[in-house]
Amino acid sequence: MIIKPLFSKGPSYFSRLVLFVLITFILLAVGRYTDYLSHARYYLNNIAVPFYWIGNVPNQLGIWFDDTFTSRQTLEEDNARLRRQVLLQEARLQKMAAISNEANRLRGLMGSSQLLDDNVVVAELLGISPDPKVHKVIINKGSQHGAYIGQAVLDAYGLVGQIVAVTLYTSEVLFITDDAHAIPVQLIRNNVRTVIEGIGDLYRLRLRYVPSSMDIEKGDLLVSSGLGGRFPAGYPVATVSEIDRDPGESFVRVIATPTAQLNRSRHVLLVFPADRVQPEEGVVTSSLVESHMTDNSEHSGGEPVITTSAGSE
Amino acid sequence: MRWLIIASFILALLLSILPLPFDARAWRPEFIALLVIYWATYSPEYFGVFSAWVCGMITDIILLNALGQSTLGLIVVAYIAHLSYQRMRSYALWKQAMWALILVGIYQLFSNWVMGLMGRNIDTIVSLGTAAATAILFPFIVVVLRKIRIRFRLPS
Repeated sequence: MIIKPLFSKGPSYFSRLVLFVLITFILLAVGRYTDYLSHARYYLNNIAVPFYWIGNVPNQLGIWFDDTFTSRQTLEEDNARLRRQVLLQEARLQKMAAISNEANRLRGLMGSSQLLDDNVVVAELLGISPDPKVHKVIINKGSQHGAYIGQAVLDAYGLVGQIVAVTLYTSEVLFITDDAHAIPVQLIRNNVRTVIEGIGDLYRLRLRYVPSSMDIEKGDLLVSSGLGGRFPAGYPVATVSEIDRDPGESFVRVIATPTAQLNRSRHVLLVFPADRVQPEEGVVTSSLVESHMTDNSEHSGGEPVITTSAGSE
Repeated sequence: MRWLIIASFILALLLSILPLPFDARAWRPEFIALLVIYWATYSPEYFGVFSAWVCGMITDIILLNALGQSTLGLIVVAYIAHLSYQRMRSYALWKQAMWALILVGIYQLFSNWVMGLMGRNIDTIVSLGTAAATAILFPFIVVVLRKIRIRFRLPS
């Protein structure tokens, strides 16, 4: 137990508070209105990486435990199921090759540019933003692997979000459900374009400024339209789940459910547009037209990466 | 003593970034704010506004916040805790928890305010869960750290 000294030395406690509040305010203002801090953050964020590695250890242990102690029967069942799934998907892919070829030929007839395909790199989730109000995750691919700010991120079911910050070996992905995020989309049924934005709810997105005359129905699939140049076109984003037509309002309130499994997927895909230089490490390219997958074994050190290249001639 | 403070903060940082399911995050206590309140109350001679500022900066870097988002709240909370530590330490543990609830509320007020400045919508209900979890945890932290300090003969 110490007693407050009667004659304290140095600046008073209150003036120290004022000083540090001022410093913090200056930092906040610099971070908010200028770009200087983001360069510093590129290096500073590397301090955070070991914490996320350690924080991920319990998860990794759990996965290791699951992998090591699975029964032979489970493995066999899994194997059989996956084989079936691969067969089905390959059959579907064969059809896709023909269809995309045809689509490109038609586009060629119309004089519009061809659909080029994107490479993807598999990344693993390393951490989740600790703040419940922020929908952000950290993944284990950084600028060393070619990740860049603004890159689109997918999972097996749809668009997940985009990269907003990179360090050497990790990057931050902002989800489409974060309330600071919006993305241009179009209805796949009639190609009507609109903008969909996050509202800070993991299962709901909101369509902004939908006029009451717009043809939109429950269950409509929304895909990224590629306008704005940030997201590649044609990836599923959400399905319309609620439409509230209030005659008193000038716009219809439309709520959509994201197709990506945002709270479940441990692996995400980073999209590298075809016109961008691809990273060498761990990228496997395969062409749908030739309908074969490049052998993964030659890239055993890297991650399984699949490229869907739909007939760019 | 310093080592205990640093170790406790490293542990708190790990606990606050431990991946939780998205919906469970609303109940994760504010470990950093909790420790700042504890140390500013129980060791004010080792932990003051400057230490709170350093903690806040490191926290902001590691939790990927805007630089200064949690720092602002932490230094204010450290200051208030410093003003009130003599009275607070003589209270019963549950009353201390109530006071911790108010301090964490003040911390969240500031950090939400900064988030608002950064142009985000703020959901106040979410903060109530974390504040309550933090306050419930406070007496346990007091008891555990007291045991550790007695065990290793650290000044209290």
